[in-house]
This record gives sequence, C-alpha cells and structure tokens, in this order.
Amino acid sequence: MAFGPFLLLALMEGLVTAAVLALAAAGLSLVFGVMRVVNVAHGEFYMLGAVLAWAVTTMIPGPPALAFLAAVIIAPLLVAALAAAADGLILKRLNYDPEATIVATIGLLYILQQAALSLYGPNANPVTAPFEWRIQLPWFGYSGYKLFVVFAAGMVLLALWLFMNRTKAGLVMRATQVDRTTAQAFGINVDRVYMGTFALGAGLAALAGVLVVPIQQAQYLMGHDPLLLSFIVVIIGGLGSLRGTLIAALVIGLSDGVISMFFTPTLAKILATLLVAMVLVFRPQGLFGAKA
Amino acid sequence: MALDVQGLTAGYGPVTVLRGVDFRAEPGRITCLMGRNGVGKSTFLKALMGLLPATAGTISLNGQPLHGLPAHQVPRCGLAFVPQGRRLFGPLTVAENLAVGGLVRRNDPARLDEVLTLFPRLRDRLGQVAGTLSGGEQQMLAIARALCLEPKVLLLDEPTEGLQPSIIALIQDAIVTLKGQGVAVVLVEQRVDSVLKLADRVAFMVAGRIAETRDAAGLVAGDPAFRTYVGV
Repeated sequence: MAFGPFLLLALMEGLVTAAVLALAAAGLSLVFGVMRVVNVAHGEFYMLGAVLAWAVTTMIPGPPALAFLAAVIIAPLLVAALAAAADGLILKRLNYDPEATIVATIGLLYILQQAALSLYGPNANPVTAPFEWRIQLPWFGYSGYKLFVVFAAGMVLLALWLFMNRTKAGLVMRATQVDRTTAQAFGINVDRVYMGTFALGAGLAALAGVLVVPIQQAQYLMGHDPLLLSFIVVIIGGLGSLRGTLIAALVIGLSDGVISMFFTPTLAKILATLLVAMVLVFRPQGLFGAKA
Repeated sequence: MALDVQGLTAGYGPVTVLRGVDFRAEPGRITCLMGRNGVGKSTFLKALMGLLPATAGTISLNGQPLHGLPAHQVPRCGLAFVPQGRRLFGPLTVAENLAVGGLVRRNDPARLDEVLTLFPRLRDRLGQVAGTLSGGEQQMLAIARALCLEPKVLLLDEPTEGLQPSIIALIQDAIVTLKGQGVAVVLVEQRVDSVLKLADRVAFMVAGRIAETRDAAGLVAGDPAFRTYVGV
C-alpha cells in the first residue's frame, strides 16, 4: 500500500482509539473535576461495560443489532448503579478525602476485577458487531462499525457538553465543582451531586467499553490500558476540563494510531508517556486546566 | 419572621469557637454584629447556615427549628448568606450565578427582575464570567445571588470590605431597601460609620459569646462600646 492510503488508514484507526478514549477519559475528568476524586477503578467500569455487553448480547436472541442496542442501554445503566452504590458505601463515608479515596478506589479496582474473574472467567469473548457494513475506499475497505463508534462517541460527548452547559443539573454540577460549601448554602445537595457525578463518570466508561467490545473482545483485565491512557489524556488536557480532555484524546489517539502502524505500539506508548512528563514539568495544570 | 438563637455552641473539629451564643434578628430590622477579629462572627453566620455543625444550642426561624438540618435544607427555610470574600462561582457567568441563587425558588423570572432592579448594573453583565467583574460588581452579584432565594433572613459578612465609597453607598441603599421589604438583616460589619447609618440594634461579640446588645439609636461615634469591643 502506498504511503498516502497507509497514513489515511492509520489516521482512521487513531480516530477510533481517540473516540473511545475521549469517552472514557471524559468520565474520569468529570469525576475528578466535580468531586476531586482520583478514581483508580475507572478502567474497571470500562471493563464491566464490555463484560456486561457480552452478557446481554448472549442472553438476548435475535438480530445482533437488537441485542447490541439492549447492551448499549443496559450495561452503562447497571455500571452507573454500581458506581452510585460504591459512592454511598465507600466514598461518602471517607468524606471524599482525596488521599483516602485513592486508596479506596485501588481496593475497588481489585474487588471489581476479581469479581469479574470469578463470575465471567479468564477468557476473552467476542461480541458480534450490530451490523456488518464496510465502506469501500479506492485503496482499502474499512469497517463501518468503527466509523459508527467515532460518530456515536462524538454524539455522546456533544450531549455531555450540552448537559453540562445547558441544563439545571449541569449548572448544579459546575457550581459544586467550583465551591462545594457555597453550593450547599444555595440549597444544593452536594452528596446527591457527587453520587450522580460518580455514576455518570462510570456510565461513560462503561459505554466506551460497550462500543469497543465488537472490535476488541471482552476480558477481565482489559481495564488497565484505558485507565492508563485516560490518566494520560486527563493530565495533558487538564484535570476537570472537558475541552482539554477531548483535544488530548485526539492527540493521543491519532498519534497512537499513526505511530503504532508506522513503527510499533510500544513507541507510541513511550512518546505518550514522554508527552505527559513534559506537560507535568512545564504546565502541571495541563494544557486547558486552571492553575491551582 | 424572627430568627432566634439560644446557647449556640460550634467550632472547627476539636476547637470550639462559639460558646453559647444568644441572638435574635427581627423582620424589617438590621442587626449588626461587631467584635474584634477572631471572636467568631463569621463562624456564627456559618453555623446559622448549617455549614458548621452546632454541638449545642438551638436555632429557629419563627419557631421552626433549623439546628440539625443538613446545610442544603437551611436556605429552603428562608435564610440566605453573603459570605466574606464573596465566594462567587467565578468561572460561571453572572446569569448562571443568579440561577444557582434562584434554584430553591425554581428561578422565578419576576424575582430575578426585582433583584436586577436593585442592582441594574448587573443587567448589562449577565453574560459575563463572574470572575472578571470588578470588586464592586462582584459584591453586588454576591448580594443579588442571595436575594434570588427570596430570603426572610439575610446574613451579610462584611459586604463593604475593600470597596470604594460610591459602591459602599449603593450596597447600603440596597440593604435599607431590603429592610423596608421586611427582611431580617444580620450584618457583620467593622466600620462604625456603616453601623451607625444602618443598624437598628448592635450585638457586640467577645470570645464566642454576645457580650452586650444595644439599640443603635443610643450609640454615637466614639462610644466606649466601640472601643471596648471593637478596638476603634
């Protein structure tokens, strides 16, 4: 294949990575931004989304599109409910103390991972894509489902932006993010906001897991890479900045796609890590984050 | 609606700051709270709002107990707070700050219009990010945000601190207007001239207690009470 088409293919693959990453990282960024909780278990919510998608599509007979549609709705909702319970049972009791919640979410990571291993098993299982449509370019054919993932992630992120900036619930979340104490003085139930935020963040990670599972297969250890990459994206973009998260996801996703295809995936990870190091040294608040 | 406080004790963790405060604020009257730095004036307002847990004592508004309520329930009962240093939601716009203030009242447009009539300068700044307003405009917004709650009792913590005289006069006029509307105003203030101009009653605080309460009509500049309790 000539250089041009090869580059186009690499960019398309990178765009898919960026879309999934943006979705997962947006959840992580939202949770940190509003709650100041560094959720180390975020990757496990992604994994649970994928595993539950496999479970739902296995249980529902009929056309793959119908089963997948059910998975897109059910899996994120179940994961969000689980996250809400974890918030009430663990994080709230720690009074959302930043250090204590890091340790607690490490514990949650292992609980969720081992629960998945016990109930789901160690095998990787595929989920059938909802449709088998390929776009035929002059140089190569490309999965229509992968383009759908990019489109769907874009729509969800747009909806998230509208939710945060155009709704009363979004306003309440942003006010709580700025000043928790003052928000309470204006009738905002901060505990409820935190529970909703943690559930929403986990639901976004789970949705990313559902969307990716027809491409990657569901496996109980699949949360590690998205967690690491989400942290990279959130650090580069700026903790709590949705715009920064999206731009950083595009940079990391596209560079990952191109470098992995032209060189090696390991080099892509090394360069992403170097970029994080540079950001931490020269702009610790991230490219779009506010100074502490 | 009268705010009654009996034996209020509160503090920060193991440190007790308020040691049995008795206090009353009546509708249509301005009660000023004065005292030296660190005697517990701001802590008292925070405790009234439920932002600090009371370890003893009672707070009631027209007989309805407020002590022990979660902090987010207190504004629903009719108390609004303008904290020291304004504590605006800086990255949000003026309109969004006012919308947060009006959440409890479901953002009644008529109420918002009344508030903006009191501070017309804010009407031209609705789309501006609050953190970029001048100091005076920020203070107006902090008061306007609290007024969107349509409070029965308004707690103001040094609202004229660090402002230029023209803005101070504007804010004082707004406070007098609120008094005329029947709001019970509790004003923490260090400026004697402001107190003499606005107050109906003055409570002097010492070491976490109300040491003395006086009718403002009986106070003049240079009164020994100011020297004793405030040091001016």
